Amino acid sequence: MSSGKEISYPNDVKYAASHEWVKIDGDTAIVGISDYAQDALGDIVFVELPTVGMELKAGDAFGVVESVKAASDVYMPIGGAIAATNDALKDAPETVNSDAFGAGWLLKVFPYNAADLDKLMDAATYKSKIESGEIH
Amino acid sequence: MDLKRTPLYDTHRALGAKMVEFGGWEMPVQYQGILDEHRAVRNAAGLFDIDHMGQVRVTGADALKFLNHLLTANFSDMEINSAKYAVMCYADGTCVDDTFVYRLKNEYMVVVNAGNRDKDNAWIKAQAAGFDIELKDVSDEFYMLAFQGPKAEAVLQKLGTFNVADLQYRHAREFSLGSERGIIARTGYTGEDGFELFVPNARGKEVWDAILEAGKDDGVLPIGLGARDSLRFEAKFALYGHEIDAHTTPIEAALGWACDLNKNFIGRDVLLKQKLEGTTKKLVGFEMLERGIARAGYEIASNGNVVGVVTSGMPAPTLEKNIGLGYVPPELAKVGAEFDVIIRGKPTKARVVKTPFYANRARGK
Repeated sequence: MSSGKEISYPNDVKYAASHEWVKIDGDTAIVGISDYAQDALGDIVFVELPTVGMELKAGDAFGVVESVKAASDVYMPIGGAIAATNDALKDAPETVNSDAFGAGWLLKVFPYNAADLDKLMDAATYKSKIESGEIH
Repeated sequence: MDLKRTPLYDTHRALGAKMVEFGGWEMPVQYQGILDEHRAVRNAAGLFDIDHMGQVRVTGADALKFLNHLLTANFSDMEINSAKYAVMCYADGTCVDDTFVYRLKNEYMVVVNAGNRDKDNAWIKAQAAGFDIELKDVSDEFYMLAFQGPKAEAVLQKLGTFNVADLQYRHAREFSLGSERGIIARTGYTGEDGFELFVPNARGKEVWDAILEAGKDDGVLPIGLGARDSLRFEAKFALYGHEIDAHTTPIEAALGWACDLNKNFIGRDVLLKQKLEGTTKKLVGFEMLERGIARAGYEIASNGNVVGVVTSGMPAPTLEKNIGLGYVPPELAKVGAEFDVIIRGKPTKARVVKTPFYANRARGK
């Protein structure tokens, strides 16, 4: 899918092929979904997030992001313990659309498995794989 | 399989549409967003490319007799230039498709769903033996557009081509574009007042552009399939593949109002039996009582046992509630009855409510 809007690919996060991003902030990893993902999903109306304290591995489904049309699973880009979830999304799930890399974050992970970072993509690689259709 | 494209494909892309596969066609699912588009149709008006839908022309001495045999509704008292909804059933009463039938001066036109065109054409042809009729797929003669919403009439009147001020609900009339003929009808599938247009095929883009231009200060937007689905869902209009299919009958789907059981038609005996003796499942509308969105295919459970299935579900943009349609046993089909929708393994409370969820603000004049 594509639209006329310009998709942003900030450089200060790393990306999973399943369209989640990770940003390292001190000893915590912050997780969200990419601008490409929110744009593809459309109006987000519901976000279901895991219980704080759960330990999950990279690749595990941790929740669901629902648009008007469909429910999509979201996957851990990095393993670790869920330290916090973004409670503000309960009342304002559309924040994921408007600010996917900022106020629309989903999880904080602490401690996290730093080795998983090596398997993630930088912005240029993620962007080129989307534009070539290798991931979609 | 190569996806088919309507002649407006490039126009949709230029308008920023996201394109998806639907019924073998590559169609716009949304332009600026499903919620904005949905609200535009409820509050102003929206323009839909529905050229993927099929049209079959029925002419000949037995045309009326044939349609009364083929479809659930009774067309005998239908006026010229009017439209009627009907279901096409198999002999066992289950649904081949749902249709709109237009009676024009010298012909009937049956409008069928995009994904069912080939199947429907084959089925209709197979039922035609012994009738003095001619069938022709005229899908390529007309470009089908829908223009729906409370401001649709006023915007169309600006164009001068269509005189719709006195066009009654579920009525149609012909219009001329130069030497070519088109049909405009006060019909639709959104729960709003509005129109469906059968434009001479080569003039589709011209009419599309003219309507968007005429309505640009009135909040008119192009509308994708996403909002088309949420609009029809709030109005509780059945969608083939969801509420109706080859495993459900119109009686089960609460479409008995579209079936005249006093005439003979394919599937009628089964439907009559169901009407008299009851069915094992019934379509209901429900509202979620706990957090969660029901989706098509989710199980419905009562006291821990799976008893039904969700056919459509989403957050209703106009109502701002999470609602759904689904099949349940008759004892759970009463307003106020409660059951669980199984959302990702978790039973989530829901209650049967009155439908349609959204009642038409205007039915035209």
